[in-house]
Order: sequence, then structure tokens, then C-alpha cells
Amino acid sequence: MPDAGAQQAGLKADRRLMLLEAAIRKYQYRKDALLEVLHTAQELYGYLDRDLLIHISKLLRLPPSHVYGVATFYNLFKLKKPGTHVVTVCMGTACYVKGAEDLVLAVEREFNVKRGGTTADGKLSLFVTRCIGACAMAPNAIVDGETIGKATPEVVLKKIRAIMEAEKD
Amino acid sequence: MKPDELRSLAQKEAEARKSYRYRINVCCSSGCMPFGALKVLSAFKDAVKEFGVEGECYVARTGCIGTCSIAPAVLIEPGDYLYQNVTPDRAKEIVKEHIVNGRPVKSMLYGNEAYFKKQLRIVLRNAGKIDPLRIEDYIAVGGYYALLKALTRMTPEGVIEEVALSGLKGRGGAGFLTGLKWRYVARATGSPKYVIANLDEGDPGVFANRTLAEADPHAIIEGMAIAAYAVGASKGYIYVRSEYPLAVETLKKAIEAARSMGLLGEKIFETAFSFDIELRLGAGAFVAGEETAILASIEGRRAMPRPRPPYPAQSGLWGKPTLINNVETLANIPVILLKGSEWFASIGAKNCTGTKCFSLTGKVNNPGLIEVPMGITLREVVFEIGGGVPPGRRFKAVQVGGPSGGFLPEQLLDLPIDYESLTKAGAIMGSGGIVVLDDTSCMVDTAKFFTEFCVDESCGKCVPCRVGLYKLYKILDGFTRGEGSLEDLQKVEELCEFIKEASLCGLGQTAPNPTLTTLRYFRDEYVAHILEKKCSAGKCFKNGGGVGGE
Repeated sequence: MPDAGAQQAGLKADRRLMLLEAAIRKYQYRKDALLEVLHTAQELYGYLDRDLLIHISKLLRLPPSHVYGVATFYNLFKLKKPGTHVVTVCMGTACYVKGAEDLVLAVEREFNVKRGGTTADGKLSLFVTRCIGACAMAPNAIVDGETIGKATPEVVLKKIRAIMEAEKD
Repeated sequence: MKPDELRSLAQKEAEARKSYRYRINVCCSSGCMPFGALKVLSAFKDAVKEFGVEGECYVARTGCIGTCSIAPAVLIEPGDYLYQNVTPDRAKEIVKEHIVNGRPVKSMLYGNEAYFKKQLRIVLRNAGKIDPLRIEDYIAVGGYYALLKALTRMTPEGVIEEVALSGLKGRGGAGFLTGLKWRYVARATGSPKYVIANLDEGDPGVFANRTLAEADPHAIIEGMAIAAYAVGASKGYIYVRSEYPLAVETLKKAIEAARSMGLLGEKIFETAFSFDIELRLGAGAFVAGEETAILASIEGRRAMPRPRPPYPAQSGLWGKPTLINNVETLANIPVILLKGSEWFASIGAKNCTGTKCFSLTGKVNNPGLIEVPMGITLREVVFEIGGGVPPGRRFKAVQVGGPSGGFLPEQLLDLPIDYESLTKAGAIMGSGGIVVLDDTSCMVDTAKFFTEFCVDESCGKCVPCRVGLYKLYKILDGFTRGEGSLEDLQKVEELCEFIKEASLCGLGQTAPNPTLTTLRYFRDEYVAHILEKKCSAGKCFKNGGGVGGE
């Protein structure tokens, strides 16, 4: 049974909520498990919205400000819904010196999206990240989970166009 | 597990290994995975069946072999034949020629002997040669023997003494003597005590710790268990970046395997010693690698450092005595106990013993993961192991130590790699990143890039770091857009000194290094930007600029 507070918080009583609450029980509602809980929540929901954060704060008996503070401190936690497709360009040192900036600029121009943002139609998000650790293959871009090593703007744009086209069919 | 069981398992495994004439090690680390390593692995498995040699040729899924620029890489034993850019089709051909006909396929071999010649693998002793997901593989090569030795034949103080005599220093960057740190925790009052393995390798351009965890997780676990025995801890945490999914998964499985064999848990090797490990995931905060910040993060809070003292050795996790070691430091421990401190102390340089792992990246012909004896010169690393900069380009600078490491010019390339020499030159050992820049990089732009990184990653707690770095960034950004005057250079220097002196933690204290060293060694580039609005690399004075944050 989902916790009664869930509906209050405006969350649907679905499978995701059940799994999240099961995880919280597994951590025995320990306050120090907050990061683990946020990881689980983001895995299940894709991002952490306000209702979700409030619900977590209630279950762990932490002030909402604390939960919000932690969620915003760590880069990995997303507080906004990402687009259907996600392009992440690695901006680690090795990628930067090998031209990662050009990859970002190319995607920004072609799809009219800013780094860190999502296109107006919600189809494509462009993120930059600090080092995915594949430095020997720099520069790297990740398109919907697939890593492209030694990437060039042409290859990355082609890949994005392909997945956007496939969507239309 | 009983001591005898470890021995008989090792023997059984060693015999099983001997029954194969060949062993094909397919690198399936994060460096090779994106380029089809798993497909290559199954192609090899299919091929040995197809050619009917599965009885004499073992196909293993291993961690990093070290040659990340030729992914996917495959190493065939005996003889250490290293194949480059292997595809499923090539895998078939390799089995047919190398295994069936006994003729290595010369055209596919990685012919670069210089890459390995000056390397010495202690920490990475098993990397690329064992299956990290099989604890039996680790035991077969002598794994968990050091723990057995410590628990049954050494006192905790004896273990600390051995580590102290080896001269091992913390590989996370600060270079504090490991034995001394252990002694502080052992002597601290308070219970329980904790051991934390730091795998929060947040430095962009650095992947040495991740690769170690992916290739040989049990070396870390065994090192932790020995450390716990020495300092009197019964609980350990591995704090690992969540951006490293394969390392996380590998460690998770390794901990489970060790637990199921009784190498973690209650009464290990039938002694009174009990120890268990929990994995904790970071969430993308560079500052969390700082030792007081890591404590806050494990406790579920914002990873913000606090002033020291008290040091974690006295008051760490939940106020209890806590030992925090980098995973590379810990992976050295089993070898030191087995081969002795004297042996370890004979490697490397005076006052700086052993080896160091580096991820060698940037504008270099052979990027990859390397391990070299301390005291080796930067020139040897960049030009012999790394093979120099790509054809037609000119070497400009090498950055040692991650985003807050300094940039060293050509004339300092004969500097030996040790903590003291690097710090004196304005760089730091850091957690092990060496990034090579050629003449296509602008030093002003590069200093700006790293300053912006530190602005982003500053936790915001102390003013010098939070405000000082931002001001510094603004001035540097101005230089790349044609703003600023020569007086500003003076201002930059003063600001850098202020940030270094007054910041609370290592992030702020080292963040000005890129700016200070580029100013020290490449001042003419700054002057050219300011007076002539000229950028020799052609990076600056474009519209906008700026790297942009998340």
C-alpha cells in the first residue's frame, strides 16, 4: 500500500511509487540514506519534481528544505523533465581540448536548443557533463545512451537526425 | 572460509588455468565497451566453439588492458599478444590463425612496445588479465592471501608498521603517509571506527580509479579489509561516482562474491575479525572527493567540507574515527604485505616510493591508462609512453593533477614525477591525470576553462572560493574577448594568492593553479591577448565564447 501521504503530495499510486517506497523501507527510513533514495527516485521517475521531493521529505522525516538542498547540490539530480531524446556532450578536459565545444555549438545551432535545456517541443535535451571517463576516445557524445567516441559535429548531428526521423515514422 | 579452503581453491583454479593452452582476454572496460567489446567477446566465444578449440582456449571477459586508444583491445596469453581495434569478424580470424594455426596475426597486433617499456604494473597487476566478476580468478593469482597473512600472522600494529616502512603515500593527491594516517586512526578513541575507500574520481580527464575498480575490484576490497583490521574498524564504505555505472556494478558484484565466500562478514578466516562493506553512490559533485565533504555526502547531506581539525581520524563519519584512503592506495596494500615493505620501498624515487597510475589523455598519440614508477620524468611519459603529440603539431604544455593542476611547459619536462617536485613547479599529483596540450590550445582559454569548472563545482561555503573564483573567471573571460589591461594581470595574481591562502578546502586552495602556472610559463600569451588582441591558437575573440554550465 502506498503511503497515505503520497496522494496528498499529488503522486499517482502506481508501480513506481510502490518501488520507491519499498526502497525507502529497505533503508529503514534512515535519514542518511537520502542520496540513495534520490537516486532510486530519479531512476524510477526520470527526474525529481516538487511533489516527489516533498513526499520523500515526509517519509524520511526531513525538512523539505534539506531534501531540496541536497537534490540541487548534486549535478546528477535533474529537477526538470528531460526531453524525449537526450544528447550529452562530455566537457571533460580531454574532450574539451579535442573540440567538444564544437559539438555543443553544432547541436545548439541545428536544433535551436541551449545547453542544459530542452527544445520547445520537448523532443530533445542537450546536456553537457564533466567527464564520462572515456578520455582516450575524446571527444565523446552520448546520444540516447549510445556513446560516440572520437565524435565530429557531422557524426553527432547525423545520429540525432536519424533518431528524430525514426520517431516520426 | 577457512584458510585451507583459500589455498585449495587457489590451487584448483591455477590448475584449471593451466589446462588451457591459450587465454583470450577481451577488455570490457568503459573504454572499450562503447566500441563493441561485448560483441567481440561473444564472437570469440562462438569462434572457439566453431573451430573446436574451446577445450584449449579460454575466453575471458576482463578489465582494462591499458591501451584505450585501440579499443576494443584483446590480449592473448601466453606471450601477451595485444590485438587492436578488434571486430567480431577479426575475432574469428584471430582464433583461426593464432589459436588453430599457431600464427599470430601480425597485421592486427598493436606494435607499440614503447608504450609498455617504461611502465611498471603493481596496482594494475591483474588488470586485463583476470575476470573481475570471478572472485576465483583473483584468488588464483594470490588474491586474499595478504588478508589471510595479516589476520593469522600479523598484529594490527605489525600491519601498520609494514605499511609505514614501505613509504606508501596517499594516492588521492595530497600524498600523506599512509602508515601514519592508519596509526592516527588506530590510536584514536571511539567506536565503531570506519574505513572509507574514496572512488569519487571527479576530475575531468581522469579515469584511473574507475578503471582499477572495473578491472580488479577485489584488490580494493582486500586492501580495505586489511586497513580495517589494522585500524580496528568493522564497517567500510566505498564512495563511488554514480557516473561510473560499470564500476558500480562490478564493485557491487565483487562485494557480494566476497561476502558469499566469507571473505567479508563475520569471523573472517575463523578469526575474531569481522568486516563488511557498503557501497555509496556520489551524485556528481567534484568537491565530494574532499575528505570532510565525502563524510557529509555519506551521511546524506550536501557535500560541503568543514574546517580541520578535527581530522576524520579523530572525528569522521557520525563523529567516529574514520580512515579515508583512495582506492589506488588501498590496492597497493595486499602487494606490500605479500612482497614486503623493503621490496616496495626499492621502487620509485627516494621519499616517494612505489608507482602511480595516470590517465594519459589530450593531444598525445597513445592515450590510455598507464602505471609508472615514481620519479619517472614527464618527458618519458609524454614522449616515450605517450608517443608525443600528433604529427605536424607542436607540444605546448602538460597538465598534471586534474582541473586544479598546473600547466608545465617544455622546459620543465625533465621534472621527475613525485609529490614535492610537482608541487614546487606549481602542479599537483592530484588523483592522476596527465593531459597533453599542443599548439592548437590557447593557454588563456584553457585557464578560463578550468576556472569555470571550479566556479561550477565550488560548494559555496567559503567566500574566497565562491566569490574569488567567479571574479577570476570574469577577468579571464574578459581577456578572451579583448577586454582587460596589463594591470589586470597583477590583479589576477593577487586574487589567485588570496584564493589559495584563504580557501577552506583543497578545491579552493588549488583552483588557481591553472591560472598561476599559465601566467608563470605562458605570460606572453596573456600579453598578446591584451595588447594585440591576438590568440595564437585561434580560439579566442569569437562571438560569445564561454563553456557554459550545466
